[in-house]
Amino acid sequence: MGLFLTILVLVVALGITWRYLGSYMANVFEGRVRYLAWAERPFYRLIGTSPEQEQSWKRYAGSLIIFSAIFLGVGYLLLRIQGSLPLNPQHMGAVKPALALNTQTSFVTNTNWQNYGGETTMSYFSQIGVLTVQQFVSAAVGIAVAIALVRGFSRRNSPTIGNFWVDITRCMLYILLPIAFVAGLILVGEGAVMTLAGTATIHDALNGVTQTIPRGPAGFMGAIMQLGTNGGGFFNVDLAHPLQNPTAITNVLYIWLTLSIPFALTYTFGKMVGSIRHGAALLSAMVIIFGVWVGFTSYAEHTNNPAVAAAGVHSTVGNTEGKEVRFGDTSSALFNVSMTQTSDGAIDSASDSYTPVGGMGLLTGMMLGEVTPGGTGSGLYTILVYAIIAVFIGGLMIGRTPEYLGKKIQAKEVKLAGLAALVMPLVVLILTAVAVSLHAGRAGPLNSGPHAFSEILYALTSQGNNNGSAFAGLTGNTAFYNTIGAVDMLLGRFAIMIPALALAGALAGKQIVPAGLGTFRTDNGMFIGLVIGVIIIIGGLTFFPAVSLGPIVEQLSHGKFW
Amino acid sequence: MVAHIRRSLISVVVITAVFGFVYMFIGVGISQLLFHHQANGSITANGSPLIGQDWAATKCPGHPDGSCVFHGRPDNTGPYAAVVCASNAKNCTPSSGGDNPLVANGVSGSSGATNLGPRSQTLLTNTEQLVAYWKGLGVDNPTPDLVTTSGSGLDPDITPQDAMVQIAMVSDATGIPASQLQALINKETHSAQWGFLGAPYVNLLELNTALANLG
Repeated sequence: MGLFLTILVLVVALGITWRYLGSYMANVFEGRVRYLAWAERPFYRLIGTSPEQEQSWKRYAGSLIIFSAIFLGVGYLLLRIQGSLPLNPQHMGAVKPALALNTQTSFVTNTNWQNYGGETTMSYFSQIGVLTVQQFVSAAVGIAVAIALVRGFSRRNSPTIGNFWVDITRCMLYILLPIAFVAGLILVGEGAVMTLAGTATIHDALNGVTQTIPRGPAGFMGAIMQLGTNGGGFFNVDLAHPLQNPTAITNVLYIWLTLSIPFALTYTFGKMVGSIRHGAALLSAMVIIFGVWVGFTSYAEHTNNPAVAAAGVHSTVGNTEGKEVRFGDTSSALFNVSMTQTSDGAIDSASDSYTPVGGMGLLTGMMLGEVTPGGTGSGLYTILVYAIIAVFIGGLMIGRTPEYLGKKIQAKEVKLAGLAALVMPLVVLILTAVAVSLHAGRAGPLNSGPHAFSEILYALTSQGNNNGSAFAGLTGNTAFYNTIGAVDMLLGRFAIMIPALALAGALAGKQIVPAGLGTFRTDNGMFIGLVIGVIIIIGGLTFFPAVSLGPIVEQLSHGKFW
Repeated sequence: MVAHIRRSLISVVVITAVFGFVYMFIGVGISQLLFHHQANGSITANGSPLIGQDWAATKCPGHPDGSCVFHGRPDNTGPYAAVVCASNAKNCTPSSGGDNPLVANGVSGSSGATNLGPRSQTLLTNTEQLVAYWKGLGVDNPTPDLVTTSGSGLDPDITPQDAMVQIAMVSDATGIPASQLQALINKETHSAQWGFLGAPYVNLLELNTALANLG
């Protein structure tokens, strides 16, 4: 019952967000929101650009790559020398090279994979000046690419797709900053810590316990990490930690923050291309898949944990291993599903200890390419790629040249879309094969049997999709996993972004042809079904053999323990 | 190219200053001003109600240690750490991250879950030993939460049912009648927030503080 009311509240809140935040974001990117122009203009002057100075897709992509590469280098350096930097009350030493590479790659690519324990590795300087900054920047870069692709549809005969510098600045200033700030205050009010004072030591006279309580600026970091679908928490266990996620209210607020921008971007898309119905069609495809995954994962987590049941303890409150009492089993499942259907990857309960089917819900959520609703920006541009494939297939069926929003989809566009859709499965499956073939890869898993394979597959799927969620039993902080993970994340991010931008450039240059009688409709139930079909078929068929070696074997092995 | 690099370098500096330091410093400032107690960890005289504590070692004259107070989940209490190390040869030094919630990452108070899978032989063995542990303390039917660890390893709460099954143990050690303990638990139970968010819970620090005030 509680789960249904929780979902109802989220549906209402997200519905309002979809309509108004979606519309607001379209206004921001079309330059109609100007209340912070006094801060914007000097910055543009400083870096020598202006909103009127538009870029071709190649220049746009060039700016994006160089900007990300330089941030990657600077962040890596700062992590390496954190021991000599200020704001380090716990005297944390330098982050080791492989770990620093993995961590900074992970934050630049919006992954936030954590091979480190936040409270035991990172100084406040690193948490603030390296990690939190990327939580703004990587989200803004993702949204910028999505908006550029939307411009590809909304413009006609245009050689340009926008200005990268202006897009990311406006995104951070008008969208991310105000929402994160208000949410941060609510989180702190509910009990999230927000201090630079270092750890506190307490002594409890009742039981004689002396305890060290780790603290830091976790509240405001939590706000932007969820709003930007980053997911890399201040503490080792991320949002299961009571000092960053203290109550059921903050738990739901975190879910709302994560889902708000990815869902609302479909409205932004609809508004910018002049057809809200087209945005609503993509939203429907997202919501249907999301709903099914929440349903079966929550159901699975409401059943007994096989190992606990075998020890003779039968549960009416679901699988409690790895879950916090204040959230309960089904709300925990709702949270973790929300974080794996987006590119967030935060956890409020240990995914590794989910039931086989529950764990499969999280794993397959990522394997569908994170489009339901996906990451900030990455969700929209990836589902647009799937939509192009869907109109192509639809066009083949009725024997007409496919069109989407009046743009003819020709060989070049289909090739680019195909490339963008196949990069992730290829990278993930090849790297998983490499990891299970090498001793260094097989040394990682904590568990044995099929669950060990699931841990490896989950880690590489998560990084390849820039998710960052983990079956945390895997010992990832090794030279092997740090390096393979960095490769996985970079390809999973930029090898999809660049085809998406090329697509934007190709589409923007085209004429818009008016819809005729024979035009395949792309805003009705038939099209929604087709998009869902494409998502499930691409994700399902490519990953089914791998999934069957992990969670499916585990689920079917009654009474067997490893 | 050169223009791009120059632009990127300037942006990195400005963005780091504004969206890292200004955002966080103003955040800390306003939080300290408006929510001083919460922003510093909600710390009270006996610790933070947000961070679980080890109650198993509480001295109970004439009775087994810990039997005169309510216990939390095996995160910070009970024989869990020892069990993990006895039965799981792999990755099992108390200082390794993740599998020993009491001292995750070798630092007491740091977070970590067991990350044991649902068909893990180790989890099965641990659970069996925890059931035996509770029976030894006089809790005949331990609830699921009492034999499983939490996501953070620091769970400060238990469900009302988890507290109820411990009434006989606490009553026996303290001499406080069961009905009075029952009433105490009812009084200390937080219902789900807004009536439906999350699950009803009892905060152990609050419950044991109230228990101490009874006696």
